[in-house]
Amino acid sequence: MATHEQTSPLDVEALRAEFPVLERRVGGDVTSPGEGEDDDQPLVYLDNAATSQTPRAVVESMSDYYYSYNANVHRGIHHLSQEASVAYEEAHDRVAEFIGAEGREEIVFVKNATEAENLVAYAWGLSELGPGDKVVLTQMEHHASLVTWQQIAKQTGAEVEYLRVTEDGYLDMDHAREAIDESTEMVSFVHVSNALGTINPAAELADLAHEVGAYVFVDGAQSVPTRPLDVGEIDCDFLAFSGHKMCGPTGIGVLYGKEAILEEMDPYLYGGEMIRSVDYEDSTWEELPWKFEAGTPPIAEAVGLHAACDYLDDIGLERVQDHEEMLAGYAYDRLTEFDDVTVYGPPGDDRGALVGFNLDGVHAHDLSSICNDYAVAIRAGDHCTQPLHDTLGAAASARASFYLYNTREEVDALVEAVDDARQLFA
Amino acid sequence: MGMGSDMYRQQILDHYRNPRNYGELPDPTFSHAGENPSCGDEIRVDVTLNDDGVIERVSFTGDGCAISQAAASMLTSELVGLTVDELDALDRDDVLDLLGVDVTPMRVKCAVLAEKVAQDGARVHRGEAAVDRTTTE
Repeated sequence: MATHEQTSPLDVEALRAEFPVLERRVGGDVTSPGEGEDDDQPLVYLDNAATSQTPRAVVESMSDYYYSYNANVHRGIHHLSQEASVAYEEAHDRVAEFIGAEGREEIVFVKNATEAENLVAYAWGLSELGPGDKVVLTQMEHHASLVTWQQIAKQTGAEVEYLRVTEDGYLDMDHAREAIDESTEMVSFVHVSNALGTINPAAELADLAHEVGAYVFVDGAQSVPTRPLDVGEIDCDFLAFSGHKMCGPTGIGVLYGKEAILEEMDPYLYGGEMIRSVDYEDSTWEELPWKFEAGTPPIAEAVGLHAACDYLDDIGLERVQDHEEMLAGYAYDRLTEFDDVTVYGPPGDDRGALVGFNLDGVHAHDLSSICNDYAVAIRAGDHCTQPLHDTLGAAASARASFYLYNTREEVDALVEAVDDARQLFA
Repeated sequence: MGMGSDMYRQQILDHYRNPRNYGELPDPTFSHAGENPSCGDEIRVDVTLNDDGVIERVSFTGDGCAISQAAASMLTSELVGLTVDELDALDRDDVLDLLGVDVTPMRVKCAVLAEKVAQDGARVHRGEAAVDRTTTE
């Protein structure tokens, strides 16, 4: 449960100095931005659930790779290739350590969390699912998981059941106990909802799934960057997350899978790097995790992700979580002071680092545009949770999401912008 | 910057709150609808032509963000008296001029929705196109 502290455990000013983009000033007028414009204001970046900003240490680790040891990995005898191969492999070790996995065999690098979902859906789901089997999802799934399993179910004749979301934004666990039954082969759920901020009980859901012999896939896109997470404690079979939401680069994501399960799965992509031997009739596969990493992988991005793990662990994920949940609680309290603002999801002292909301009579995109006049970057739309928004009865919502470098003053800037929109549209 | 946001000048807010030409025509020559999926904006335009092919009456219904609805209100106020060819010749700059504000790049799709819907409706009516539903995405 989140603590609703008023003070931050982080030295935010010192952290901000590591993120050059946070020094930017942006014009309220996006069509003709320019230096020295009267309306240029300090950037207030509150779109971290979409992508986080990148600290110097991560960027520098990647430029060091490109400037000093850029080479293709594996099968290279020359010096640079060996350095690059070692760095690429060690990035797997570092990510394994970051989430408490057994080792590199359980860490597959993909391009994002969405590809991780697809890898398992294709490599496992397509061959293992069939008529009479059930995949259990939640109503608050991101499209990355929802669309993927929905389509694999259509192809295989399996059924999908969506766990209901209660009025106050929690997963209906009574429905979970009823729905996860003997026909269930996969339970795939979002750990922290990117639209509601709900923190789902991952270990409890994993227990329910394992009792009936189903696999558990955790969408950790919003949880891995924002809190300590140990795959052994949750006992999930798969976990997906993206590098660019955790101070790392775009272009790399991670699929964690239990070694014994990954061992049984066939490759998802064929090609170079993933084979042991090839003749004109057939091929055999490399060891884990390389079996799932066909073609030249994201090497610089792996180096950057390694640096991002170091960066976050140096700060401490417990402290990152406390800081962000303090901000989310504060934003919740301030926004719910307005009678005409609806904040979605659980109460302020029990949510992840984001606040999704709507202002009566104002479209979320108009609200986001007005926030932009204040240089406050928030997201507006359905946040890749269109069916959830249908159940909320809202076509779109605005979302402010926080990270380790945000401040209470930035929440105040958001609230001021929302108040301006209220008066403008009143 | 505060109150008086560039994109939300009083005129736009006025058209959003009190849309002109809002409603359905009893016996339109053609009707057409469309959407801008990025904001979820929806617009339907009804048009009546006289015997010379000149626009005699226009109305719209719709739902969505302030930019899309204000643009529909302003555009429909300008269409009466135009020929279908003149309607067809309008482009996005004409709509942006009507709005009189700098619309941010991501929001141009909202601004031009009503114009595209009216143009597609006219093309379908003349048998020049087979657009079931207009989209600005």
